Amino acid sequence: MTSDILTVLIAMLGGAIRVSTPFMFVALGECLTEKSGRVNLGLEGTLVLGAMVAYAASYHSGNPWVGVLAAGLAGSALGAMHGSICGLPRVNDVAVGIAMMLFGVGVAFFFGKPYIQPTAPRLGSISLGFWSDSASLKSALQVNPLFFIGIVLAALMAWSFRNTRWGLVVRTVGDSAAAARAMGISVNLVRLLTTTVGGFLAGVGGAFLSLSYPGSWNQGLSSGQGLMAVALVIFARWDPLRCIGAALLFGAAGALGPSLQSIGITQGYYFFNAAPYILTLGIMIATSSAKHSARDMPGELSMAK
Amino acid sequence: MSDAPVVTGASRDLIGAGSRKAGSDFALKLRANSEYIAIPLLALAIAAALFALFLIAIGKSPVDFVAYVWRGGFGTAFSFQNTLQRSAPLILTALAVAIPARIGLIMIGGEGALVLGGFAAAAVAIPMIGVLPPAFTLPVMAIFGMIVGAFWVGLAGYLRYARGVNETISSLLLTYIGIAIMNFFVEGALRDLSNPNKPSTKPIGDAYMVGKIPGTDVHWGFAVGILLCIALYFLLERTTFGFAARVTGGNFRAALAQGLPVGRLIVACSAIAGACAGLAGFFEVAAIQGRANASLAAGYGFTGILVSFLARHNPLVIPPVAILFGGLVASGGLIQRRMDLPDATVLVLEGLIFVVLLTSETLYGRFSIFKPPTAKDRT
Repeated sequence: MTSDILTVLIAMLGGAIRVSTPFMFVALGECLTEKSGRVNLGLEGTLVLGAMVAYAASYHSGNPWVGVLAAGLAGSALGAMHGSICGLPRVNDVAVGIAMMLFGVGVAFFFGKPYIQPTAPRLGSISLGFWSDSASLKSALQVNPLFFIGIVLAALMAWSFRNTRWGLVVRTVGDSAAAARAMGISVNLVRLLTTTVGGFLAGVGGAFLSLSYPGSWNQGLSSGQGLMAVALVIFARWDPLRCIGAALLFGAAGALGPSLQSIGITQGYYFFNAAPYILTLGIMIATSSAKHSARDMPGELSMAK
Repeated sequence: MSDAPVVTGASRDLIGAGSRKAGSDFALKLRANSEYIAIPLLALAIAAALFALFLIAIGKSPVDFVAYVWRGGFGTAFSFQNTLQRSAPLILTALAVAIPARIGLIMIGGEGALVLGGFAAAAVAIPMIGVLPPAFTLPVMAIFGMIVGAFWVGLAGYLRYARGVNETISSLLLTYIGIAIMNFFVEGALRDLSNPNKPSTKPIGDAYMVGKIPGTDVHWGFAVGILLCIALYFLLERTTFGFAARVTGGNFRAALAQGLPVGRLIVACSAIAGACAGLAGFFEVAAIQGRANASLAAGYGFTGILVSFLARHNPLVIPPVAILFGGLVASGGLIQRRMDLPDATVLVLEGLIFVVLLTSETLYGRFSIFKPPTAKDRT
């Protein structure tokens, strides 16, 4: 019994590290975009397109890191599209996000069809379990370098928001566009850049999906992870470091079903599949309030108004 | 209080001006309203042009594409009836977006309400098949599907009002949860074990299927959709309820200050939306599939979002737009086979139209041709 629990816990730890990485990148990207006062709901589409482009680029070039870069560039393209459209007056960023989500998914499925069959080179992992004799712990601690890149990036982002001129510019634009304009900052340009960089990060998150875990490209690869990551940013109160913690929590929830399967509990498989969605919804209910807007929310967000 | 005389004075002025130029009043209205037709049409044309360029870039002929959409969706009596059949769920899921939109919510949970509503209809039918007559069973199925759909989207509306949860995100999350719930039952407790190919509920049987509209090959869901569009148009435009909902959508704080039951309005609009989508699910089960399975999540709920936006959330405009997209969906198979394009081609076109359409929002009020002459003088 205790060994079963241990197996589940180890599998969940490994699963949390694996499953959380795409959440982490999408959440960091969305965090950056929302810090500048704009919501990009289209990151689900960016994630799927990133996964497809990464797989295709890795297949053709033979180098998975080329795939990661290509996914980032594809994500930037979608982000720049969202950013420039929302820069026009009277355009609703939430609605454009929905459209970009459908568009991104459509483009990914359109060009992704020939890549469902072939196998592309995948990203390697770093073995952190060398000190342990347990095979399950060893396999759980096969960590992808992107996981660490994400953590470093989060720390860097948190530091930049606080200590650099660029961080101040982004936060000012996000909290009060009028104040930013008075300082001579081009609000639209800043938001275009943050949305583009946010798209890059979400694209890299997609690359992780197709090149590391689950590690193949198919049309059911992401079902709502991009959307959940957007919700996660609210929960993380627009703080990059808290985004990492939240991503790990979501990763653990996503790993619950497969972990239980590893010890033979297969009942309620679909229920455990739904666990991350239910957790997201539960967290949104718990952390939102009808009376006042969420803590630390950038003042310019359309959700806040 | 001091504002009151000024307001009446101004409105009396307007009435005076109106009666003096009663003849040109209609022309002015037409001029102002034609903007709402011209700009979406322009957006459609631009999206079509971009899509044509896309097809040329990948070495396919846009002319062929149009020809196949025409043949597969509109050209023959058979294909047009197929189109109408497919536009039925689009009408209903578009209503599921349009009604909340009028109260200021961007609700995109139609797909989930369709799936769960269809599943609920199929599930409630299981004990009644062969026991109770279809004339009793079918209405119970429809009502059950509508109630479950209404609850599902109503929940997102309630969370929006009571807890301030973003309804766009929560309704899409509920869609994923709804699909998972259906899969859970369809692969488990309610699985029809005699059908090993695809996990489904027990078939409801031919005797219990919804019939066709006499003289056509189109099921009744289409007619019900049209009737609902008309009924909901009147609800929104000609009743106190609709007026209160539109006031709330226009200015939430003003509605609150006026003492309107904002919470009940939001939940009611969301529930009506969910009921429409649930009804779409019922018709998919009782008129097309005959059982509930994963085929219910065919993306009608997502295309419905685009239909509603293109119709500017006006229930009376939804049917023609839905027929247009029904034709596109119906011709998807033909395009796939004859032009060797992936089935996602329709998705790309839809996404493109959606993006261009939302971009075109920025054009409103920019063309002086649509402005009444007086308004131009004033500015």
